[in-house]
Amino acid sequence: MSYETLSFEVDGDGIALLTIDLPGQSMNVWNQQLTEEFKKAVDEILADEKIVGTVITSGKDSGFLAGADLRMLGSQTQGGPTTAEIFEGAIGMNNMFRRMETGGHTAKELAKGATTKPFAVAINGLALGGGLEVCLASHYRVASDSPKVQLGLPEALVGLLPGAGGTQRTPRLIGMQNAMMLCTSGRPMKADEALSKGLIHEIAPHDQIVAKAKEWVKANPKVRQPWDEKKFKFPGGQGAMDPRVVPILAGSAAMSQVQTWHNMPQIDKILSCIYEGSIVPIETALRIESKYFTTLIQSAQTQNMIRSLFVNKQAAEKGAKRPKNVEATTINKVAVLGAGMMGAGIAYVTAKAGMEVVLLDREVAYAEKGKDYSRKLNDKGVSRGKLSKEKSEEMLSRITPTENYDDIADVDLVIEAVFEDPGIKADVIKKTEAVIGKDKIFASNTSTLPITGLAKHSERADQFIGIHFFSPVDKMPLVEIIPGEESNDLSLATALDYVKKIKKTPIVVKDTRGFYTNRVVPPYCNEAMLMVTEGVNPALIDNCARILGMPVGPLALVDETSQELGLRISKATREELGEEAMPRGPVDDLLELFVEKLGRKGRKSGGGFYEYPEGGKKHLWQGLEEHYPLADNQPSQEEVIERLLYSQLVPAAQCFHDGVVFDPESADLGAIFGWGFAPWTGGPMSHIDTIGMEEFVRTAERLAQQHGSRFAPPPSFRDMAEKGEKLYKAA
Amino acid sequence: MAEAYIYDAVRTPRGKGKSDGTLHEITPVHLATQVLEAIRDRNNLDTENVDDVILGCVSPVGEQGADIARVAVLQADYAQSTAGVQINRFCASGLEATNMAAAKVMSGEADMAIGGGVESMSRVPMGSDGGAMVSDPAVAIKNYFVPQGISADVIATKYGFSRDDVDSYAVESQKRAAKSWEENRFEKSVVPVKDVMGEVILSHDETVRPDTDMQSLGALNPSFAMMGEGMPGFDTIAIQRYPELEKVHHVHHAGNSSGIVDGAAGILIGTKEIGEKLGLTPRAKIRAMASTGSEPTIMLTGPEFVTQKLLKRAGMDKKDIDLWELNEAFASVVLRYMQALDLDHNEINVCGGAIAMGHPLGATGAMILGTVLDELERTGKETALATLCVGGGMGTATVIERV
Repeated sequence: MSYETLSFEVDGDGIALLTIDLPGQSMNVWNQQLTEEFKKAVDEILADEKIVGTVITSGKDSGFLAGADLRMLGSQTQGGPTTAEIFEGAIGMNNMFRRMETGGHTAKELAKGATTKPFAVAINGLALGGGLEVCLASHYRVASDSPKVQLGLPEALVGLLPGAGGTQRTPRLIGMQNAMMLCTSGRPMKADEALSKGLIHEIAPHDQIVAKAKEWVKANPKVRQPWDEKKFKFPGGQGAMDPRVVPILAGSAAMSQVQTWHNMPQIDKILSCIYEGSIVPIETALRIESKYFTTLIQSAQTQNMIRSLFVNKQAAEKGAKRPKNVEATTINKVAVLGAGMMGAGIAYVTAKAGMEVVLLDREVAYAEKGKDYSRKLNDKGVSRGKLSKEKSEEMLSRITPTENYDDIADVDLVIEAVFEDPGIKADVIKKTEAVIGKDKIFASNTSTLPITGLAKHSERADQFIGIHFFSPVDKMPLVEIIPGEESNDLSLATALDYVKKIKKTPIVVKDTRGFYTNRVVPPYCNEAMLMVTEGVNPALIDNCARILGMPVGPLALVDETSQELGLRISKATREELGEEAMPRGPVDDLLELFVEKLGRKGRKSGGGFYEYPEGGKKHLWQGLEEHYPLADNQPSQEEVIERLLYSQLVPAAQCFHDGVVFDPESADLGAIFGWGFAPWTGGPMSHIDTIGMEEFVRTAERLAQQHGSRFAPPPSFRDMAEKGEKLYKAA
Repeated sequence: MAEAYIYDAVRTPRGKGKSDGTLHEITPVHLATQVLEAIRDRNNLDTENVDDVILGCVSPVGEQGADIARVAVLQADYAQSTAGVQINRFCASGLEATNMAAAKVMSGEADMAIGGGVESMSRVPMGSDGGAMVSDPAVAIKNYFVPQGISADVIATKYGFSRDDVDSYAVESQKRAAKSWEENRFEKSVVPVKDVMGEVILSHDETVRPDTDMQSLGALNPSFAMMGEGMPGFDTIAIQRYPELEKVHHVHHAGNSSGIVDGAAGILIGTKEIGEKLGLTPRAKIRAMASTGSEPTIMLTGPEFVTQKLLKRAGMDKKDIDLWELNEAFASVVLRYMQALDLDHNEINVCGGAIAMGHPLGATGAMILGTVLDELERTGKETALATLCVGGGMGTATVIERV
């Protein structure tokens, strides 16, 4: 038998070494071919009497096996396979692993003492998802002592559940509570944690894992899995029917609701798999897991999540929008101009990614202060044991504070984050271009000024581009890249290469006021504030946003970004567009009241809609009712959620219509990673497709009639509704 | 259809439901047996006339499992022909058992039946039977399950009852219970519990604290704040169901919630004819019965809805009821009921309730029906309604009328 994705050779002891090594790929993943060949290899091993046992390992330095190729799972909803076919596919993987661990014996035979040939696994690096699941189905697991070893089941993070036995073998190995944590959090374990919990059997020096695994195989020629023993017991209890487990189950169901607000069905189903599976024998349990897996695969929501949170996110990060004609750029040293909050944050993420940073401000003292921000974040990491002192020092040594433009002469890239004043920016651009190399790219982190306008101050407008970060820079995953009218391919490629280095998610957007995210978030926040002025209970507003799946309520969000900034932007925009294009409304009165009369300028300055007692939890400001008394008739939960949802969907749709974002993928990524738009939807464009274009247009029109033209759907969306088109064309 | 008459009502005193409670040494079967013996002996009953015994029991496992009603029938030396069945409608099990006994009589299935209940909470702790509602994630998550204490605090928050409101209610419950014992108001129903030697070991409700005042209650910490605000955070789940609430105010504690106790009770129900045949005097007739369900997260507001349903079906009006009895599961449950139905505290739970005397889950429904019947007779009033809030959002109620 010949194989392409794996190889195996039998040594003098009759032990087969099965090495998984996908041709032409940097990392092993379960794809169609590997699955088929692995199955054949297991059959061959079981049939060959000369083979006494097997050690499985990886031929990749990058790790053991990173999980399933999720693109395999795409497009299963429409006109795709039937329920029974999806289930057959799902159970196929389970059957294959089951055959590997039983040697084809029935559960009854095993309980009566039957044994099989051992499979051991030598884990040389990360083993995630299906990569870990094949290990769990092996009889013995040796992991390398390399710090690169990560053992985890990240399926939940993209809307799935571990569907190749992960939800069944983990509780049988490490107990129900540990298994629920491992499967729902998606957080991987290091080898030593896995060893202490009982997920693996042994840690060995990197170059000895195969030898150790073979040693075990040689010593244990007849094996069966613990759960195939007649007297098998779950670690820590007897499964779900043990009264001691009841509080754990009740607590897990509660905590999952607290975290997901009923928006992540995969978490619920993982808990169900573990609960239900613990009551029945492993074979029934695996069937239950495959059935729950099937229900997820069939849901549009899961498909949307996989598409946005995994496939498109990875594509964007790998440079899907990068001009192909530009060769890889070299960015080793970056100048960050302005050491305020944004500049300090940009310096931090840049130095953290291994680049040299020259942090420049008017006076070196300001620049030092900006560097202190990195020091503070590092100290936190060190105190929490997440960062070593040496690594922290090394990282800080890469940041050079200065006030002298001569110090930035040899940088590869400039990122400007000075005050949002065209005059100041012009001055900085001029001084910078006087010293840096003529082929270097100048990027501006402006959030309010058009890039094309700023580029006019540059002698090399074609090498001028916008890189828009969000605050706090170290936490926010999205970066908007804004080519100006004259920006060339090199600037775009450089910007994307830089974002890739700092491991953030880029979207490319049009050079227009507010770019993408800042054209959508303000209407959403305004809608919430408008409801306050209508007398809607503020708790209802913010809680409904959470029910919708937003990470925080819009009123709390306004407090964070500050009423003061909201008022300033609204005034500036009105000045720019004119009173007619942007008539005053009740929200302007509210902001003026908060900022100018009440001194409630935001969380950090007097509080906002909430009070922020020191050391206590925030709570709604009691005085609000004096100014905006609660209406006698409160809207229903559904009405509030609809307004909060459509005040994001419509502006996002408008941005796509206006070409502010160029494709639905970017609109979705920008929404989820820019302002936390309900991740369970896969993003606003995915969500419009899921609810149906016609339904979207109909609802938006109804809301426009009820609440104002701001809800009117863009013309191209009406067209699509009429033609029965979708935003995402079938793959 | 036949009318169902109440011929007798019996209950044990309630013993503290802990290992240091007086009834801890008495098996639940023995508790139920003594109630059945008392009903037989007080009425000189030829038990061949008793067709069925229906007992409520909320944790029917272990020594309370395997149909404790039939076991008690056998242990009490009833006729072998008397059947027995155990039922579970959580906290209303005792009243539901009575309603079922009445329904059997009304439908002609039985001439005479006993409805009642038993719960030895000190020996078979609450929750011993597990159950999907709590354990099965698919059920708990779909239904926004929270423990009852959280529900009680949600009621207080949503309907505006402060810590002072619930504590005042509890103080009054203790006062009323103590006064009722002083005035021997319970003497008709309470039969002392005997041990295996035949000696009386408990003749009074064990948990009444007449000296309870606002100050002593004020010292108690709220019981459900930790699980609500901390881990696992049940408040958030309640808020997901009631997003109009910013937070849940935790006002309930051991002093304003029903006590955990051991006890049993039984109500003898029969047709008019069987009473005449056996020379028994009917004390009241069952006028109406109902059960209903409502939103399960707030869980404990069912009594309001079952009362409306029952009054409507019986063609009755609030004014037709002279005395009201609602199980004091938590103070806010009664306060909300009074608010919703616009009742005066002087018309409801006039002899105190479970906050003072305890709530032996499976038996309480039959106990409060007996209590309110005794009180109707003592005060010369005619009609009473007894009801209980029930897990899962249900409510069960019964209206009795003296004859």
